[in-house]
Amino acid sequence: MADNNMPAPEDRTNGHGVEIRLEEVSKRYPGQKLAAVESVSMTIPAGETVVLVGPSGSGKTTTMRMINRLIEPTSGRITIGGQDVLNLDPDKLRREIGYSIQQAGLFPHMTVGENVGMVPSLVGWSKQRTTERVDEMLDLVGLDPAEYRKRYPRQLSGGQQQRVGVARALAADPPVLLMDEPFGAVDPITRGVLQDELMRLQADLGKTIVFVTHDFDEAVKLGDRIAVLGERSKILQYDTPDAILANPADDTVAGFVGAGAALKQLTLRRVREIELGQVQTAVVDEDPGAMRDRIGTRRGAIGLVLDHRKRPLRWTTAREAGAVSSLAQAGRPVEDSVSPASTLQDALEAILTDDDGVAVVTGSRGEYIGVVDIDTVMTTIKSLREEYADDSNGDSGSTGPDSAEASS
Amino acid sequence: MSFLDYVASRWQQLLVDSYQHASMVLQCIVLATIVGVLVGVAVYRSPAGAAVATALSSAVLTVPSFALFGLLIPVLGLGVAPSVVTLVLYALLPIIRNTIVGLSTVDQPVLDAARGIGMNRFRVLTRIELAMAWPGILAGMRVSTQMLMGIAAIAAYAKGPGLGNMIFSGLSGLGSANALNMALAGTLGVIILALLLDGVFVLLGRLTTSRGIRG
Repeated sequence: MADNNMPAPEDRTNGHGVEIRLEEVSKRYPGQKLAAVESVSMTIPAGETVVLVGPSGSGKTTTMRMINRLIEPTSGRITIGGQDVLNLDPDKLRREIGYSIQQAGLFPHMTVGENVGMVPSLVGWSKQRTTERVDEMLDLVGLDPAEYRKRYPRQLSGGQQQRVGVARALAADPPVLLMDEPFGAVDPITRGVLQDELMRLQADLGKTIVFVTHDFDEAVKLGDRIAVLGERSKILQYDTPDAILANPADDTVAGFVGAGAALKQLTLRRVREIELGQVQTAVVDEDPGAMRDRIGTRRGAIGLVLDHRKRPLRWTTAREAGAVSSLAQAGRPVEDSVSPASTLQDALEAILTDDDGVAVVTGSRGEYIGVVDIDTVMTTIKSLREEYADDSNGDSGSTGPDSAEASS
Repeated sequence: MSFLDYVASRWQQLLVDSYQHASMVLQCIVLATIVGVLVGVAVYRSPAGAAVATALSSAVLTVPSFALFGLLIPVLGLGVAPSVVTLVLYALLPIIRNTIVGLSTVDQPVLDAARGIGMNRFRVLTRIELAMAWPGILAGMRVSTQMLMGIAAIAAYAKGPGLGNMIFSGLSGLGSANALNMALAGTLGVIILALLLDGVFVLLGRLTTSRGIRG
């Protein structure tokens, strides 16, 4: 690999991927009128997960496969960490790029350990180092090495095979990871679990990930950025999930985003990111009359009864507080609460199921810190829409510093 | 002289012939495997090439073995040479066909992954495709071996080695003492050898096939 001129391993194992640039990359197959991929330019920032999403036949897989030269571009330039991939030996290049695909593509005649250890052995690691690395990788993807190392792929479930596929892709610690619908063939529950695990892994590893899918929800969940591709891989919009949801570039993107864009946006926001409302509170052994006066006579106003450790106990209106001798009996019990780490979707769920349409937010020890109501949620959505609407009028739909220029 | 007495008195000769018979067949199988796998590798990616290779090798099988020996004698003379060429030709079809089938049934995602993680063409062929086609190739070798055991007996016609000599001299001297015993001993010897070698192939299959793809 020394002659490959890629950054030396020690330079790039410290958690950070490298930047990938595509410049006017096209792919034409002989005898076909239209290009499969036409003049795509995009920059994939180091350490980010970029999801290429588009309908079947949009050329998203072709675009991805040109990065590791499984498909040779007809024209244009692709650089990884500043290195032009067309100047590198394709096999050596691919050993520096993790590759994970639908169906996992495990070698059925090799054990799990041999599958995961394949790239390290290709790049000439010692047996000892490879074995240790295999165990480390299996551990990383949540498979007990002692139990799974000697198994064969057919003895694994679909989800487990997919994990092994990811472990194999990561084994030689590549700075870049290409994933082609890796979770497309597993059941929805397993897919959710695998997506969560990929996000957790990525938070630790900081690889540059190019992820191909046709599932927009998956793109929203996993992507730091999403490139929505149309025919011939034309980039319709390249932006953060937030921005695409709030302000789709055109009708095609809007159609692809599908119904419920606002609801999807709620899954991207955490309760801690919004300004919490406050209600009147009283400790449980305070005088009910005082609480009644504090809540006041404003229509719909309610207060919260807390225990001695500030944990919410009961909701009460002024009238209910006035009708009881102890606040321990006032109103109705608090049944549900959300935490600052909950998504706004969770909060909305709590709001919708609450009689008064208010969700209590509690801290790590269960103490009251604020409330969220429907107005807060609506304000958030509104401000998001306004924010991205302004943005797109300013500069061709890109957000954030050094964001890539979408060719359209 | 009873058959058993005959065998007891000639067992040394029988052993030598059996050894030569088996040795010739196995060497021809090894040769045919090398040729067959090479041909299979050369043609499996092209449907037309695969069809031609299969058709040619099955055409060989339609030539009666007796005739093939006879046709080769003027060209290659008597003895080992025509025997080996004939046997190898007959052994090719099952091996070539199984090699092509084995190589072309490797799943596309597996090949894609192999290329994608940086295995070069040769590595993909040897470590993935041939490794996965191996049980099929071995099955082809096994079928060929059974076939050659019988055909090898006819090699005696071209003065080749093996049990065929006993059968031929027995049959040509029918009526004289021990002629029937001779032919019978040669024939039985071929059958017993065939069964033994078949067992060897089963064992070989068990030992060399990965548990991950064993049926």
